[in-house]
Amino acid sequence: MDVVLLSRLQFALTIMFHYIFPPLTIGMGVVLVWLEANYLRTREPIYEQAARFWTRIFALNFSLGVATGIVMEFEFGTNWAAYSRFVGDVFGSALAAEGIFAFFLESGFLAVLVFGWDRVGPRMHLFSTAMVALGSIFSSVWIVVANAWQQTPAGSHIVPILRDGAPWVVNGETMMRAEITDFWRLVFNPSTVHRLTHTLIGAFLMGAFFVMSISAWYLLRGRHLEFAKRSFTGGLVLATVASLAALVSGHLQAENVYRTQPAKMAAMEAHYRTGPGGLAVFGLPNDAEHRLDAAVEIPGLLSWMLTGDGSRAVLGLDAFRPEHRPPVVVPFVSYRLMVGSGFFFIALTVLASWLRWRGSLFRARWLLWVFVFAVVPAAIANQAGWIAAEVGRQPWIVHPPVARDAAGEPLRDGDGFVAYETAPVPMPDGTVRTMPAGLLTTDGVSEAVTSSQVAASIAMFGVIYLLLGAVWVFLLNKKIQHGPVED
Amino acid sequence: MDLHLVWFGLLGILLAGYAVLDGFDLGVGILHPLAKSDLERRTFVNAIGPLWDGNEVWLVTFGGALFAMFPEAYATVFSGFYLAFMLLLFALILRAVSLEFRSKVEASGWRTFWDGGFFLSSLVATLLFGVAVGNAILGIPLDARGVFAGGFLDLLRPYPILVGLLAVALFAEHGAIFLYLKTEGSVQERLGRWMWHTWGAFLVLYLMTTIYTLIAIPTAVRNFESHPWAAAIVVLNILAIANVPRALFRRKYGQAFLSSTLTIACMVALFGLAIFPNLVVASDDPARSWTIYNAASSAKTLKLGLWIALVGMPFVLAYTGIIYWTFRGKVVLSEHSY
Repeated sequence: MDVVLLSRLQFALTIMFHYIFPPLTIGMGVVLVWLEANYLRTREPIYEQAARFWTRIFALNFSLGVATGIVMEFEFGTNWAAYSRFVGDVFGSALAAEGIFAFFLESGFLAVLVFGWDRVGPRMHLFSTAMVALGSIFSSVWIVVANAWQQTPAGSHIVPILRDGAPWVVNGETMMRAEITDFWRLVFNPSTVHRLTHTLIGAFLMGAFFVMSISAWYLLRGRHLEFAKRSFTGGLVLATVASLAALVSGHLQAENVYRTQPAKMAAMEAHYRTGPGGLAVFGLPNDAEHRLDAAVEIPGLLSWMLTGDGSRAVLGLDAFRPEHRPPVVVPFVSYRLMVGSGFFFIALTVLASWLRWRGSLFRARWLLWVFVFAVVPAAIANQAGWIAAEVGRQPWIVHPPVARDAAGEPLRDGDGFVAYETAPVPMPDGTVRTMPAGLLTTDGVSEAVTSSQVAASIAMFGVIYLLLGAVWVFLLNKKIQHGPVED
Repeated sequence: MDLHLVWFGLLGILLAGYAVLDGFDLGVGILHPLAKSDLERRTFVNAIGPLWDGNEVWLVTFGGALFAMFPEAYATVFSGFYLAFMLLLFALILRAVSLEFRSKVEASGWRTFWDGGFFLSSLVATLLFGVAVGNAILGIPLDARGVFAGGFLDLLRPYPILVGLLAVALFAEHGAIFLYLKTEGSVQERLGRWMWHTWGAFLVLYLMTTIYTLIAIPTAVRNFESHPWAAAIVVLNILAIANVPRALFRRKYGQAFLSSTLTIACMVALFGLAIFPNLVVASDDPARSWTIYNAASSAKTLKLGLWIALVGMPFVLAYTGIIYWTFRGKVVLSEHSY
């Protein structure tokens, strides 16, 4: 296998394992702040007991998030050196900002959160908890800013690298890179806000379902009832609000993806031919024949959702150059997993909230069993959303913006395909060529690394992460079995 | 103002901050086998329990800042030292989870396993940092694009390995003094001896490295000829090294810790002087070296990064201070400890 594919596999493997933990800690952080604030307000010991219990689990998740997170920062340089050279000027700032504004905050106050119960008063402890929660949210802000820029670059331009005032040419090729032109346009690029909102909602859902899963299990076993009821209720409020918000945010996000990355939307919907589109509830993408087999469609819904008019044409994959089309099956399936899970969460949380209001929720054993396992689709939805976004971005590692005319309609190139914005590349002979204002994934990989090196590191990551995953589940189970009672 | 120079200095501060702070907790890991009982091992681990995570962030921020401000150097080093960095990553992962996991189960096999992980990962990480510094001073082969053009074995030369051992001895000494300050009783007595042992080992390696550098690596001392004031750092370094035994002898352990802190800071400064103005020295063709000028981001990014640092660093220093103050004094084991 080639270095590009192996490096993509390695990145996917390491980030998917890492991404189990940040949504958990972001979501649980909110629950922890809520519990401690309630303790300060009411001084009921049950809240303190709950806060201590969830803090222990939070710390376990957090430490795995930190341990696997440092890998991500290194991998840009180790596996994607050419990409790092290209984006460092832009992307690096966001990463450095995350280090200074977020990591120090969360890892510093985590110490007080975990070890400080007997060293500081409850107010300082709540403050530290809030700082850790805030730090983990800040962290997601900068990571999403960096990622959103890769999807919808703004506030930057692509220029030749200068050496002694002239474009730097190596072996007849002009070296190019992206440079910042406007920091705030970079931060608030066309997809940042939608992406960040949706990511955070996903994280809140993850944390809430995690808390409800453990609480529901206690309720079913008849253990730690008072504690479990309070924790479950807190999680349920968060999850209900978040799952309804996810629907609105998801719709806005879909519109935004179509506006900024229409090829990705076409792939996620397996919309092969440009024209009015129905929304496929089910289907088997057939790449060879360029159609969706066995499709169960709601006619016109895709057009209506993306353009506001059920009969308007939606750009299909055929509108893009063959070499610029993303793969279809993976985005199509993962997008459906995410959206399907989202509707399931709405049904589940609304039903549970209604029963909770009626006072009969904790007697509905079958529903509590559903909640014990609902944490799995919550994790899947978070992962699937990420997969749809990143695989749908291919073959670009930095996706060039679609070129548009004054009315906002996509421009076409000489062959009738959707055109991307371009950057001028001065050549050594004085002529100027143009390149799309993005970077292909194949051009982002490290030049100095061989496929056997990457394969070896994947094998080592595989072994270590399997071990860590097993130990994590083992310790989590141990803590849950032990319960919130202190020895 | 020369922003490139400012950023070279800021990276130096981040690196020195990392080496000083994570230096003592890596040192604790290297000395971990000295703890005889589970209680002593818990004392060791909890001496750094609330601190090591925040200390490691200095490395993360150093990496992020290098990526942002000097992307060419970041890309060349990280991809060039591929296997070394992978090994470092495994060490850092193993270290983090060893600390987190060891106390969670009370079985001796379980604890022995994670104790071993903590020791091994601390040792390997320190050694690799030293090897990386040694290679940076010595230089590595680069092609016309500035990409690493050698293999993994090119990195394992005698000089980098010597610097690696030097780093192990220095962090062990730093960690021993730190642990001495945090402990009491018989374990503290034992650490008292180890402060001397590690200082002695460091002194020998320091002299060997200095002589090796002076004789065999003329590029590393070039800046001292053109900037005679740099000799002041050498003098300061020697005074700091010499003050450790003096302070130990007079039972001023806090002063000994400050001296080892200053030793580390001076060594980072000397490293900077040895490579300046390069970030990555090309061993075969000096024109291919990545300097703070040709490896840098645009002036706009350098300036922007400076703003981020100016806004962020006061907060960082403030809560680093709060955390260290909160966890001052001897280690007290409680139900919340590791």
